[in-house]
Amino acid sequence: MRYLPLNDTDRSDMLARIGVNSIDDLFADIPENVRMKELLDLPKRASEMEVERKLSAMAAKNTSAGSVPFFVGAGAYKHHVPATVDHLIQRSEFLTSYTPYQPEITQGTLQYLFEFQTQVARLTAMDVANASMYDGSTGTGEAVLMAHRVTKRNKAVLSGGLHPQYREVVEGLSNMAGDRVVSLPADPTGTEDILSQIDDETSCVVVQSPSFYGQMIDLRPIAEKAHQHKALLIAVFTEVVSLGLIEPPGTQGADIVVGEGQSIGNGLNFGGPYVGLFATRQKYVRQMPGRLCGETVDAEGKRGYVLTLSTREQHIRRDKATSNICTNSGLCCLAFTIHMSLLGQAGLTKLARINHGNAVKLKKLLAGVPGVEVLNSAYFNEFTIALPKVAEDVVEELATRGILAGVPVSRLEPGNKDLANLLVVASTEVNTDEDRAAFAGALKEVLA
Amino acid sequence: MSMNTQGRPTKPGEADGAFHPKTFTGNRGLDMEEPLIFEFGSLETTGVDLDEDDGAEFELGGFERTAEIGLAGLAEPEAMRHYVRLSRNNYAIDSGLYPLGSCTMKHNPRLNEKMARLPGFGDIHPLQPVSSVPGALELIDELAHWLMVSTHMSAVAMSPKAGAHGELCGMMAIKAAHTAAGRDPKIVLVPESAHGTNPATAALLGYKVVNIDAKDDGTVDLGALKSTIAEHEGNIAGIMLTNPNTCGLFEREVKQIADLIHAADAYFYCDGANFNAIVGKARPGDLGVDAMHINLHKTFSTPHGGGGPGSGPVVLSERLAPYAPLPFIRRTNDGLELVETDAATLDGEQPFGRMTAFHGQMGMYVRALSYMMSHGSDGLKQASEDAVLNANYVRVGLQDLMSLPFGERPCMHEVLFDDSFLKDTGVTTLDFAKAMIDEGYHPMTMYFPLVVHGAMLIEPTESESRAALDLIVATMRDLVMSAKRGETDRFSGAPYLAPRRRLDETGAARKPVLKWSEPEPAEVTPAAAE
Repeated sequence: MRYLPLNDTDRSDMLARIGVNSIDDLFADIPENVRMKELLDLPKRASEMEVERKLSAMAAKNTSAGSVPFFVGAGAYKHHVPATVDHLIQRSEFLTSYTPYQPEITQGTLQYLFEFQTQVARLTAMDVANASMYDGSTGTGEAVLMAHRVTKRNKAVLSGGLHPQYREVVEGLSNMAGDRVVSLPADPTGTEDILSQIDDETSCVVVQSPSFYGQMIDLRPIAEKAHQHKALLIAVFTEVVSLGLIEPPGTQGADIVVGEGQSIGNGLNFGGPYVGLFATRQKYVRQMPGRLCGETVDAEGKRGYVLTLSTREQHIRRDKATSNICTNSGLCCLAFTIHMSLLGQAGLTKLARINHGNAVKLKKLLAGVPGVEVLNSAYFNEFTIALPKVAEDVVEELATRGILAGVPVSRLEPGNKDLANLLVVASTEVNTDEDRAAFAGALKEVLA
Repeated sequence: MSMNTQGRPTKPGEADGAFHPKTFTGNRGLDMEEPLIFEFGSLETTGVDLDEDDGAEFELGGFERTAEIGLAGLAEPEAMRHYVRLSRNNYAIDSGLYPLGSCTMKHNPRLNEKMARLPGFGDIHPLQPVSSVPGALELIDELAHWLMVSTHMSAVAMSPKAGAHGELCGMMAIKAAHTAAGRDPKIVLVPESAHGTNPATAALLGYKVVNIDAKDDGTVDLGALKSTIAEHEGNIAGIMLTNPNTCGLFEREVKQIADLIHAADAYFYCDGANFNAIVGKARPGDLGVDAMHINLHKTFSTPHGGGGPGSGPVVLSERLAPYAPLPFIRRTNDGLELVETDAATLDGEQPFGRMTAFHGQMGMYVRALSYMMSHGSDGLKQASEDAVLNANYVRVGLQDLMSLPFGERPCMHEVLFDDSFLKDTGVTTLDFAKAMIDEGYHPMTMYFPLVVHGAMLIEPTESESRAALDLIVATMRDLVMSAKRGETDRFSGAPYLAPRRRLDETGAARKPVLKWSEPEPAEVTPAAAE
């Protein structure tokens, strides 16, 4: 076995040194009747070449995003990631290191976590950010629990523009914890009346902007109403690139901002691993879930970094902890930080403009296809179209023509007939004029 | 000992007379001081070439950002050098032994990385048409099969994103099962040797956590368990037990524990963090387990990445299988089907909800399956045996000098010492650990498990050669002897030779500085203004 350094001589010498006759003597605590006598009913070891062959064959059955005109978004986005990012995160000292609990020999990790926190705080215009959550959806669940801790209330109001799977994560967690969730109906156009749902029992209002359907939402009146009732506004985003161009949630009055950071530095990976971004106001920092990295000095007065405020965390507070999070998304934060530092403000702004510009172009083309109606007036790189046919069928048909066209809303919201014809379409910098023309042309044919 | 000089100067003191200049830069040869990106990057610089269309139109509805973001940009060579320099301040499993008990830092094969980056796995979208990703479903189903066979369990919930997230998933399944049976028990039993995530998870779901004491031998006290169950009769949702436990011991009475829990209409959650000790040797399904998460990043070697990502699939017994969360993969006559919503479930499937958007940690699934296929049934068993052999080899190498809280009995994949051997030496457990850094080692797990005072938990894993074990044993023996000789200087100021000396953690917590801010402009003195 190529990963195991011991040979049979080592093994027998070591058993002798330990003073036992056989390896099974070391497993004697496992009761005889449950100790395995046979090998597991699985294939035996495979060579590197053999594993590569088998897994490559499986991978080859999938249509990768980069190989076709690609317009699928709805919470995960295809962007170009500079080669430098993947090279750097594969450095052994990043890839194979542990959580930085021994700060003297993990300053590399700690410093990039500090850089990450600063970048996220600045992007969102919030006071503090943590060193990542698993992803945007679980981060949203944690944000709701945090709002319950802060307000000592347990009723969350979820906008109908929230990503349906984010909503399900929040509902699942809250229902189990005995909390209440009011989920508004699907809101493709951003016209729901969320203000009337906010009352003195509300702990938080959860609003996504741009919404799942792509619509830009004005957070200010919602923040104002929430604050009148001493509730918190949790602002959610799934496309972090949007923050390069639009007004950040922090200046619109959000109390907690949570989002998905996959777009920067991280690939699609069929849904994970991703990186959750989480920021809040200074006054709530001790109620925040997850890890925090802080600046300090060492015994010689040199600047250094440590994990801090760990008295909120499970390894110290156990059943009083703010969350049970232990492992998070360290390496994905690193990818985010490297890509973001390559972009800088100048690059991010430009990237965001290109994304938006491409979406506007796509919208015009699709709006020109007979029978297609665009539902959003203000959007970033994603919007919703209504088709004259069931969207899922259209997407399948387009897939057979080599175009991955978007996400039928019915895939996430089945059973709602009003939504069956809606298609969420995303555009990023990877789309070309040819891609867009191919999409619009094929759609025209399929709808004809 | 001759072996102890491997990789060291033959005369430890010989460099002491050399001239050590105080450098102008603060760098020390290859030891570079590195500023933050905000301190040397600029708002105008970018390391990415992007071509913008001048005639682009905007439809943002008046939501344009007006203020600066304040993100420093770096050109590509600057970014490369910055992060390479940072990386050199990190300890990593590729550079040395990581004896972190319960954290399981083992070799991360690069084949796994290569496989996860195949475009057919790394560059597919979770919501692209299912018909365009049959290979992805096949991979998830295949990994699920390996996990179910090696645990002998009925189902697996793949989506949890880390071990603690898996605990949450398992406990949610247990809660859903109680609810379906019309029950609402309020208590979860957690032995005192548990990981902190166990009580945190139970509390997150609104459960009251009741402690179960350990016996003098470090395993669960059956008598205490029985009386606690009797005391809270009818109100117990389940037990969260780690097996092998965090003292490095297999819970011999695990079957009896399972039977007692089941007789109380409760469920047995097993924390699978230490599953790597028993793969191919015992199956949790045979031990009466109802739910157990598997840390793919520990047992199946997906890299820890400085804190994550992890992946925590949860295997479930037949009783809990119907409650597995969305999404899951179902076998039909037409092949594999991805079930993503309640609307698509059939009779018998009662998913309790959803743990995360999309389908979980695909990137980790590929790595884990690559690792499992590389080992195979024979290699997985051998890996467990070698992990246990290595831990016991370290035990016998140190047990005459260091103190074993539960006596000289065989341990599983990790060996637990306590700090009573340091009594009266003036050296603390933390000092001892920090002195290991100067010797080129990452310290062992300290102060955990909480049941043992001054715990030191060592897990060498199967990745270590006999020579590597001999060297760390010899080094630790030298350190113990040094402490016993009263050479406290070596310890109290340690580490001396790391990129940083001991850091002020109290100060960091008292006045938290959690992001970089522009330095205040220096006051202009009259002299400078002239």
